[in-house]
Amino acid sequence: MVMTGIGKQFPGVRALQDVQFQVLAGEVHGLVGENGAGKSTLMRILGGIHQRDAGEIRLRGRPVEIRSPIHARTLGISIIHQELNLVPALSVAENIFLGRAPRRSGGLVDWREMYVRAGRLLADLGVPIDPRRRVSQLTVAEQQLVEIAKTLSVDAELVIMDEPTAALTLEETERLFRFIRDLQGRGVGVVYITHRLEEVFKITDRVTVLRDGQYVGTYPTAELTLDELIRLMVGRRLVEKFPKEAMPPGLPILEIRRLAVRGVFDDISFALRRGEILGIAGLIGSGKTEVAYAIFGAMPLDAGEITLDGRPVLIRSPAEAIAHGIGLVTEDRKRLGLVLQMSVRGNITLPIVKQLGPGLFIRRGEEHALVDRAIRELDMAVASPEQLIRTLSGGTQQKVVVAKWLQTRARVLLMAEPTRGIDVGAKVEMYRLMVELARRGVGIVMISSEMPEILGMSDRIIVMHEGRITAEFPRAEATQEKIMASAAGRVQSAV
Amino acid sequence: MQSNRTASEAATRRVQVVGVRDVLRRFGIAIAFLLLVVVLSTLSESFLTVSNILNIARQVSINAVIAAGMTFVILTGGIDLSVGSVLAYSGAIMAGLLSTGKPVVLSIIAGLALGAILGLVNGIVITKGKVQPFIATLGMLTIARGATLVYTDGRPITGLPDAFVWLGAGEVLRVPVPVIIMTLVFTASYLILTQTVLGRYVYAIGGNEEAARLSGVNVTFYKSLVYAISGLTSAISAVILTARLNSAQPTAGVAFELDAIAAVVLGGTTLAGGEGSIGGTLLGAFIIGVINNGLNLLNVNPFYQQVVKGLVILLAVLLDRRLR
Repeated sequence: MVMTGIGKQFPGVRALQDVQFQVLAGEVHGLVGENGAGKSTLMRILGGIHQRDAGEIRLRGRPVEIRSPIHARTLGISIIHQELNLVPALSVAENIFLGRAPRRSGGLVDWREMYVRAGRLLADLGVPIDPRRRVSQLTVAEQQLVEIAKTLSVDAELVIMDEPTAALTLEETERLFRFIRDLQGRGVGVVYITHRLEEVFKITDRVTVLRDGQYVGTYPTAELTLDELIRLMVGRRLVEKFPKEAMPPGLPILEIRRLAVRGVFDDISFALRRGEILGIAGLIGSGKTEVAYAIFGAMPLDAGEITLDGRPVLIRSPAEAIAHGIGLVTEDRKRLGLVLQMSVRGNITLPIVKQLGPGLFIRRGEEHALVDRAIRELDMAVASPEQLIRTLSGGTQQKVVVAKWLQTRARVLLMAEPTRGIDVGAKVEMYRLMVELARRGVGIVMISSEMPEILGMSDRIIVMHEGRITAEFPRAEATQEKIMASAAGRVQSAV
Repeated sequence: MQSNRTASEAATRRVQVVGVRDVLRRFGIAIAFLLLVVVLSTLSESFLTVSNILNIARQVSINAVIAAGMTFVILTGGIDLSVGSVLAYSGAIMAGLLSTGKPVVLSIIAGLALGAILGLVNGIVITKGKVQPFIATLGMLTIARGATLVYTDGRPITGLPDAFVWLGAGEVLRVPVPVIIMTLVFTASYLILTQTVLGRYVYAIGGNEEAARLSGVNVTFYKSLVYAISGLTSAISAVILTARLNSAQPTAGVAFELDAIAAVVLGGTTLAGGEGSIGGTLLGAFIIGVINNGLNLLNVNPFYQQVVKGLVILLAVLLDRRLR
């Protein structure tokens, strides 16, 4: 499989530019790059989800147009997605054979055959899951394994794995690796996308590096060291990328004591000071994002207390959190943060529009003045305050989200994945904005899956694993290795 | 994209770029309406006369007023199937009070309050009970119809005072009173949707309910309110219909929800919520009214009329989707 000169443009963002990618039969090929480097976009093009704007794809030497995910499957390309694509209400076996269940004569589903085959597949993978169980009853890790089994049940020639180990334990990961080697032995090409660089060295034969949507190079893994690989991924931007300034610690503003939501996280305590950026790191499923939602009143708490400026407060809804001066930048701005059909103006003033009136009517003049000021202050690239959100680039959209909380004069800003899916320039702007807010005394809780961001922007770093805090590091002591170890569950220092 | 444009420049600029597609998108339904008017006025001489136009407006008012409330509901991404039954029940209660000699104003207020309360019940079942709007209002459709039959014992209620009948049959400077009521309802709806906090929240909830909630919008309250508004407009429509018929019919308003939903959708409001306008709904209601009227004037067999009406609605919406 060969891809050459691949380009892809999204509204406002050039996602890929002149990218090469080549996978040989029986090869495990690593694809690495920072978030937003274009890995997932490239794979979506290969999987028929997106169409490329430029370039050529060849399979076994013949040029192909991959028109749809189904088409990709018939071409022998299988993708295991980062997000799970299972139907929760159906059984494991039904999910594995979704759309291609074994039939008996007369068109009825051959349930026995389906369960037997599903059971065999799972056993091959070394996964002790009953194929009759409902997917909704499985843990995230088990679901991930079912997803893998589902993909492998199709006879694919090229299997793409997008962060398959994100929710897996070490042991499950080992089992997956054995299976990948097995596939390799059968001549299947495997594309392995991961943020866990040690896995790249463990499993891949060659590795391709992308940076900011551009092709950096393809290298035999054995000829690289970890440091070299990181340098290739990050380029030389690492130094100037984070405009973080040392801040004298202010007074505590937000204190969290023994917060718990059953089954999600437990015994979470920390204090946030004025002007501080507190990073929370952790893997998917560690509960780090949910902590922010719980503080914000968007998820009911089972236990714990929240203190603001030394006074205990009760927060039962986002409206109450906002009234207390807390803002939440959600990790998924399109799904949770913004109303895409509304204008920049309507979105920026949504949390405060109620205060813009005598009575029910909105004072238009005042609203326009506020919005104009926010646009100027955050240097937003918008043609007009009336421009619809969905026509803006990711970076500008994210600025709109932050602008909302400037209107409420939030003193505590909970930011979940503040730079997800925005390009590098916009990221730096977002970091500058965070530093500026901190300088004004805002306390920021930054929840992030991006290691460089956690290391580069935080004054202090808390690491979570399976709903609990496993470590806390001051900025100076934090390293990628320490954080990774704590995120994998090793308890480091008593909190 | 516009990264070289400075923010201050951008902030002072409020010009909107308008293209042909934009015009068609914004005014597609208006253009369709004009086309329909042109066609019908060439086919029938009596179509484009003042008396016929006022006649159409009067006929349209009943559906249009219901559709105004329906617009609020659909903008939040919901649906209200109970409007016809709510209309019948509040009409019956009004007529019942009037026929026993209660004052006109009081009877109307009671009828309107009933409509609003039934709507509020819909809203609470939907928000607090987490029942799909389709199912919740389907339940109310049956309940309110049943209640109407119980209350009227299946017979029309007649003997209404002249002051009430005037609301359906009267005129002010040749303009029928129902048309005036419709105008007031639409003006109020327009102001609410474009100028008030409630209107802003309606669009925000329909556009992205979760984002609205996370921006501090009390989604439960405002969604419930929207169904109360729909109940209220159904009851206002009941005033017009009851007064015009000079009686409350137990079977009044059957299938009215369908014309109301058609008017809203024809007017460009998406069933998914978050996008649309009250002006579009008025046009949508008029398109349906003009089709009815035109087919009558052209003496088209009433059985065929339904087929034609359905086809025109589908065509108009298909055209609209194409342009988007």
